[in-house]
Amino acid sequence: MEPTTAPTKPQFSPAAQAEIKRLLSHYPADKSKSALLPILHIAQAEFGGWVSPEVQDLVAETLSIKPIEVYEVSSFYTMYNLKPVGKHVLEICRTGPCMLRGSDELTANLERITGAKVGGTSPDGNFTLKEVECLAACGFAPIVQVREKYYEQLDTPEAVDAMLNELRGQIHRPILSWEENSSLPNSLKNN
Amino acid sequence: MGRKLLTEHINVEGIETFDVYRKHGGYRSVEKALKTMTPDEVVEEVKKSGLRGRGGAGFPAGMKWSFLAKPEGVPRYLVCNADESEPGTFKDRQLMSKLPHLLIEGMITGSYALGARTSYIYIRGELLYVLRILEKAIAEAYAAGFLGENILGSGYSLDLHVHPGAGAYICGEETALLESLEGKRGNPRNKPPFPAVQGLYARPTVVNNVETIAAVPVIVNEGGDEYAKIGIGKSTGTKLISACGHLNKPGIYEIELGLPVEEFIYSDEYCGGIWKGRDLKAVVAGGSSVPILPKELILKTAAGENRLMTYESLSDGGFVTGTMLGSGGFIAMDETTCIVKNTWNFSRFYHHESCGQCSPCREGTGWMEKVLHRLEHGHGAMHDIDLLVSVAKQIEGNTICPLGEAAAWPVAAAVRHFRDEFEWHVKHPKEATAPGAVYRGAAVLA
Ligand SMILES: Cc1cc2nc3c(=O)[nH]c(=O)nc-3n(C[C@H](O)[C@H](O)[C@H](O)COP(=O)(O)O)c2cc1C
Ligand code: SF4
Ligand code: FES
Repeated sequence: MEPTTAPTKPQFSPAAQAEIKRLLSHYPADKSKSALLPILHIAQAEFGGWVSPEVQDLVAETLSIKPIEVYEVSSFYTMYNLKPVGKHVLEICRTGPCMLRGSDELTANLERITGAKVGGTSPDGNFTLKEVECLAACGFAPIVQVREKYYEQLDTPEAVDAMLNELRGQIHRPILSWEENSSLPNSLKNN
Repeated sequence: MGRKLLTEHINVEGIETFDVYRKHGGYRSVEKALKTMTPDEVVEEVKKSGLRGRGGAGFPAGMKWSFLAKPEGVPRYLVCNADESEPGTFKDRQLMSKLPHLLIEGMITGSYALGARTSYIYIRGELLYVLRILEKAIAEAYAAGFLGENILGSGYSLDLHVHPGAGAYICGEETALLESLEGKRGNPRNKPPFPAVQGLYARPTVVNNVETIAAVPVIVNEGGDEYAKIGIGKSTGTKLISACGHLNKPGIYEIELGLPVEEFIYSDEYCGGIWKGRDLKAVVAGGSSVPILPKELILKTAAGENRLMTYESLSDGGFVTGTMLGSGGFIAMDETTCIVKNTWNFSRFYHHESCGQCSPCREGTGWMEKVLHRLEHGHGAMHDIDLLVSVAKQIEGNTICPLGEAAAWPVAAAVRHFRDEFEWHVKHPKEATAPGAVYRGAAVLA
């Protein structure tokens, strides 16, 4: 028989707790529920890229609201992953302008290269493929977003390889504030 | 070359920092407004400028500001709509990440005009990296005394915060946005009451697009009358157009309203023509929610006049032969584009993004997606084409928010202008669904 361990209750790291405290100061004291969406983002970054029921309960407890109020919200917004995901979630834009510039081909190639199907994770656990709607970068299509970073103009094998190689070498590290962020997309670097 | 009122300094090295932005004349409007103008005087300048909301509907900004309810002792809010999710639209993202201080300056001057003491920028969750750029810039503005208590010794105090969404197109609709900012699902509210009376936390609230707010500093600095001299008629000032699709030079262009559409598409100063030496087939001129027009009708109106980039010229002909300037999301399609596939793609988008509150929208968008899917895959029947038009009609006017119409109009327009291409998919499914198939005109319909 497999030894069973009781699941430990998730806890926010001190850095996350500090960030949550800062967020709460943005809203009137009796309107702290306003912080729900940003706190769910923090939770997702902290706990492996998805929000389990236990993590959602922790968020409810943090805000002193009912768990159902969190579930209602987490199921409405597409950015919250409600199931475990691979190390990197590749969010491929599938909307009109990206389709005009080859997003269908990009998706097919990513499925072939990673071995994952859209909605699923590659056998090596590295990549989850997710189709999303317009990412507000249509002029640099086709686009993939991975966590906070936009990869643009993925219409050549070289561009796709460069993205995947960069990701393969990366470890997952939650970004909690602007001081730690440096993921500008190409279109913003020098044009 | 047109004047650049918003983006003149966008390529200056370091313009995203407070010091460089300030060196290039940044934050002058805050000094001018707080030290020499009353809030009502600021509103008056915005009215005179003729500035219209840049988020899509084109409602006069000054008028919206003057509608804000001002009960004694009740806080009111200015909320910036940075949800930018309308397919084809990518101007706000670029503006905020390169010129974060321009938006912050507009928020301070605008909040002063409206008497808001706390203001929010609601940004779509996918743009967390832009949220961080804005937060960094906001921290700089606090440090320099342009935010916080008693700004520049004027007695006026303001706090400014950025709030992320989490993936939902509907949160661009202003009442859904307010629900989302309150930590709830993004279900649009019934109106009335309008946000000007009961908005965020049931307090009087103005919601404006990023680009609208970014135009406030130049209006305050130069005066509303000066601003109104640019443009044509009721289309004053400049507009950011995000151009995408089959263009040689997709990107973001600040144009003076009144520029001929033909010049915008073909001139090297702007989009540089259609890629791969191909011919233009159709354009969706103002984001995916506006009617598609074939080449002839986007370049010239039905009366044969040059189509201009103005609210009025683009809507000349109503929905029969015209369209809308909308958000400025300009999507160009070359001669090889399958209109049926494109229409299906957009209908899938709207079905996916419907919040589901009203049955005409929830069921209608699903139905349109299904019918378009079977047409696109060669399983459709002739009556499916009329069915699309009839479903679109049943959605119109029967919903809580305009998403339903935003889904219906493009479908109706596609059938209106490209009916023969839909018929080709029914009559010649094999040819129409072959890989790389291109519809070459009514001759193949026989
Ligand atoms: C479905 C839907 C989506 C919308 N998305 C946006 C958006 O992403 N950004 C925006 O500024 N306005 C959007 N709007 C318009 C807003 O409801 C609102 O009119 C606008 O923010 C007002 O600002 P403005 O007057 O400065 O344009 C949307 C409207 C609808 C119905
Ligand atoms: S029209 Fe559609 S998106 Fe708008 S409230 Fe109704 S169901 Fe929701
Ligand atoms: S359609 Fe892909 S970013 Fe807009």
